[in-house]
Amino acid sequence: MICNRCLCSMVQLSLSYKMWDEVVYLNIHPLSLQIIAFDELKTDYKNPIDQCNTLNPLVLPEYLIHVFFCVMFLCAAEWLTLGLNMPLLAYHVWRYMSRPVMSGPGLYDPTTIMNADILAFCQKEGWCKLAFYLLSFFYYLYGMIYVLVSS
Amino acid sequence: MPTESLIGYGAPVCVDSGSDQDGYLQGCTQVKCCPRSLYSLVNCPNFPPQLSAGPAQLSPSLSGLSLQSQTPEALRVVNLLQERNLLPLGPVTPPTPCLPQDLQKINCHPEVFRSTLTSIPQTQSLLNKAKLPLGLLLHPFKDLSQLPVVTSSTIVRCRSCRTYINPFVTFLDQRRWKCNLCYRVNDVPEEFMYNPVSRSYGEPHKRPEVQNATLEFIAPSEYMLRPPQPAVYLIVLDVSHNAVETGYLDVVCQSLLENINALPGDSRTKIGFITFDSTIHFYNLQEGLSQPQMLIVSDIEDIFLPTPDSLLVNLNECKELVQDLLRSLPQMFGKTMETQCALGPALQAAFKLLSATGGRVSVFQTQLPSLGVGALKSREDPNQRASAKDIQHLSPATDFYKKLALDCSGQQVAVDLFLLSSQYCDLASLGCISRYSAGSVYYYPSYHQQHNPAGVECFQKDLKRYLTRKIGFEAVMRIRCSKGLSIHTFHGNFFVRSTDLLSLPNVNPDAGFAVQMSIEENLVDMQSVSFQAALLYTSSKGERRIRVHTMCLPVVNSLSDIFAGADVQAITCLLASMAVDRSVTASLSDARDAMTNASIDSLTSFRTSVLTIQQPGLLAPACLRLFPLYILALLKQKAFRTGTSTRLDDRVFAMCQLKYQPLAYVMLMIHPALYRVDDLTDEGALNVSERTIPQPRVQQLSVEKLSRDGAFLMDAGSVIYLWIGRNCNPNFLTQVLGLPNYAAVPLNMNMLPELDTAESQRTRAFVGWLREQRPFFPILHVIRDESPLKASFLQNMIEDRTESALSYYEFLLHIQQQVSK
Repeated sequence: MICNRCLCSMVQLSLSYKMWDEVVYLNIHPLSLQIIAFDELKTDYKNPIDQCNTLNPLVLPEYLIHVFFCVMFLCAAEWLTLGLNMPLLAYHVWRYMSRPVMSGPGLYDPTTIMNADILAFCQKEGWCKLAFYLLSFFYYLYGMIYVLVSS
Repeated sequence: MPTESLIGYGAPVCVDSGSDQDGYLQGCTQVKCCPRSLYSLVNCPNFPPQLSAGPAQLSPSLSGLSLQSQTPEALRVVNLLQERNLLPLGPVTPPTPCLPQDLQKINCHPEVFRSTLTSIPQTQSLLNKAKLPLGLLLHPFKDLSQLPVVTSSTIVRCRSCRTYINPFVTFLDQRRWKCNLCYRVNDVPEEFMYNPVSRSYGEPHKRPEVQNATLEFIAPSEYMLRPPQPAVYLIVLDVSHNAVETGYLDVVCQSLLENINALPGDSRTKIGFITFDSTIHFYNLQEGLSQPQMLIVSDIEDIFLPTPDSLLVNLNECKELVQDLLRSLPQMFGKTMETQCALGPALQAAFKLLSATGGRVSVFQTQLPSLGVGALKSREDPNQRASAKDIQHLSPATDFYKKLALDCSGQQVAVDLFLLSSQYCDLASLGCISRYSAGSVYYYPSYHQQHNPAGVECFQKDLKRYLTRKIGFEAVMRIRCSKGLSIHTFHGNFFVRSTDLLSLPNVNPDAGFAVQMSIEENLVDMQSVSFQAALLYTSSKGERRIRVHTMCLPVVNSLSDIFAGADVQAITCLLASMAVDRSVTASLSDARDAMTNASIDSLTSFRTSVLTIQQPGLLAPACLRLFPLYILALLKQKAFRTGTSTRLDDRVFAMCQLKYQPLAYVMLMIHPALYRVDDLTDEGALNVSERTIPQPRVQQLSVEKLSRDGAFLMDAGSVIYLWIGRNCNPNFLTQVLGLPNYAAVPLNMNMLPELDTAESQRTRAFVGWLREQRPFFPILHVIRDESPLKASFLQNMIEDRTESALSYYEFLLHIQQQVSK
């Protein structure tokens, strides 16, 4: 209980604009890398093995950061924001559970990534998530300004 | 295009085969394809047709021309519920694309390049309406009897799409040509204007590149990333106790000794050996040593090469040492007691050894790898073999073999796997090492030199073919299609390096490939589209060559034309590959449903969109009349069947073969050919190199067709069954089998004795002819009522009902029910 209270106050304190910024920046950056990478694959610029080796290490950090934010929203009692992020959390869990058998972390298998349907799915996924993160950025920006103005 | 040129050419000619014994047959059942002058037709249809020809039917229309006066043969409506005899007399021939005669004459041979739909739909929506898959099946490195080879200083290619010049380009005038894939106008280079064959100038369209759809170029140095590699062969042998017990080591060493001079290569050929059990053994074969020196590396966690060179030696210089090693290997491990098997580290060692040059690794494995990296656990539950629900464990357990295969592919190393084991070996995981490095998988279940002598013979013959067949190294293949079409999925053993570039460290003549296509842009204003497969490889003699196959197909915009051009065998094979993928990614029952739905959907589409008169019954066009039969055969195939006890490795191997084998052998696997052989006659026989090969009629796969007083031969691709009826003609038993009566037929007879009688000669000629047509060696099993193999023989009777599957008629009723909904 005390721990939770501490955490909450920490969260409140750390609701500085830098933190909000980090939220979305950290999420958008790997995503834009993903989108560029899939485009490069499609236009023959790069080798699937190299691309998967660049993209796979970024997947888990992105998911973990998102989980971290959800936890923070939970602690800060931001129910609306948490509710908006729950579907994405569920989607991340499902996506990671149904990944192909691989020993390292990651979602992308170089032998199947070149299949047009899988490539198209990943590209669509990238764009949708980018759109979601951008919208959330503006929502959090609003939230931050509101907090700053009202304090 | 004048209509006169359509008559008779590119059009299937109807041959009236009269009525058969049952009196069921009405009308035409056989179509004859145009003879090809370039290639020796092995699977020649009954030629010349022995019965009077029916009226020559007009081909279906090209886009724009619509000749509806007579229904072409391919669209003749067949009521599947009434007509029992659907199989043609001889082999099923592919449909001929309806192109003008001059184009079709030079079109690529269907044994090399084949499309599921020989008339390409104009739009994707039209293709979706037809509910048939669009794809290509290729056999690019097939052994050809005639192959034009062009040594030219300039290889003429389109400037934008890099297509090789082919017979289907258009010459705008003498100096410019228009690419048939991207429609760009290119200039004809000066050197190309001179034709060396006819020594004439100014006729570029007479050059061999523009006269042959299949040819080979000798590639100049721009096509080489590095100097052409020599042929490098590495043999990796399992020498654990289990392995030595099976006795395979003797066969391998003997075969290598016999064929050592026939290994494809030149003076630079290199060879090496690795053996493994719980440790890895290397062999120092340096010239100058008195005998081969074995070096053992026991640290399998961190494999290293004990000496930097002389593990892989020049074959010609060190031949005696190699032969010494091969002679002493079986005895060296004769008394071994090691039971563990460290396959993963052995493969890593092999990769390390070959990564500098590339080459071929042949791995012989007899048990589940139990030690080191890549160790596997037994995942099969014997109680689930006959499960009617889903089959588990069809996908790899670990990605070690896949990752290693990708590394190998990057260094131009291909790994071929020979699995000779009697127990579960997790072929689903092990097979990955070959699948992504363009290798091949050979499987000999229950191999044992004493208990299974037929298997030993099969292994010997397969090894001989494997060691001596043509091989290409460090190859890449690119498949291009006309603007508007795109390839979205590939099937076969290779790694897809970029959108249409396949990386093949080794290419061999027994590998088949399939691709699925989609129509991205509507093909308006196009009379025809072209496809080109270009295979760039290094021959075993160190020459860089490019084998180019080009195929041209017409574009149509009516659904009936699409159905008229459907190639039922190609569709079945492509569906089989798609179903294998679906079984692994989703589930087996999903794949089975998808296959059934494919037949239902296409027949529904035919009924609603093409048929003008609705009749009762299950109506199909003549070109697709065998489609439900083939789908049922797939559902009862070892790869997809449920409810019948099937070992997991057998199932996974059947799936691998469905994806890897070229079309002709896949069709035999799926739908074996049944012949009656106790009354072979010379009527309608083929004359091949002075031998008379009888051509018995292909029977339906039903026990109904088996008769107690006959003998029947079933050709199932990799195995041939000769079933003897209980009251078989004693003439047959004495003249062909050399046995006095039925009771004397042994349970495990595998050979036809060479007797001097006419019947024996005919039967042996027929069996020999069947065997010659394929690169692998099918074992012959003589079966009588009490034979243990009777069950597998009867399992191939796909038209019959079993306790877990429908009969053919019931399946048709099920389809009819769904189609009429």
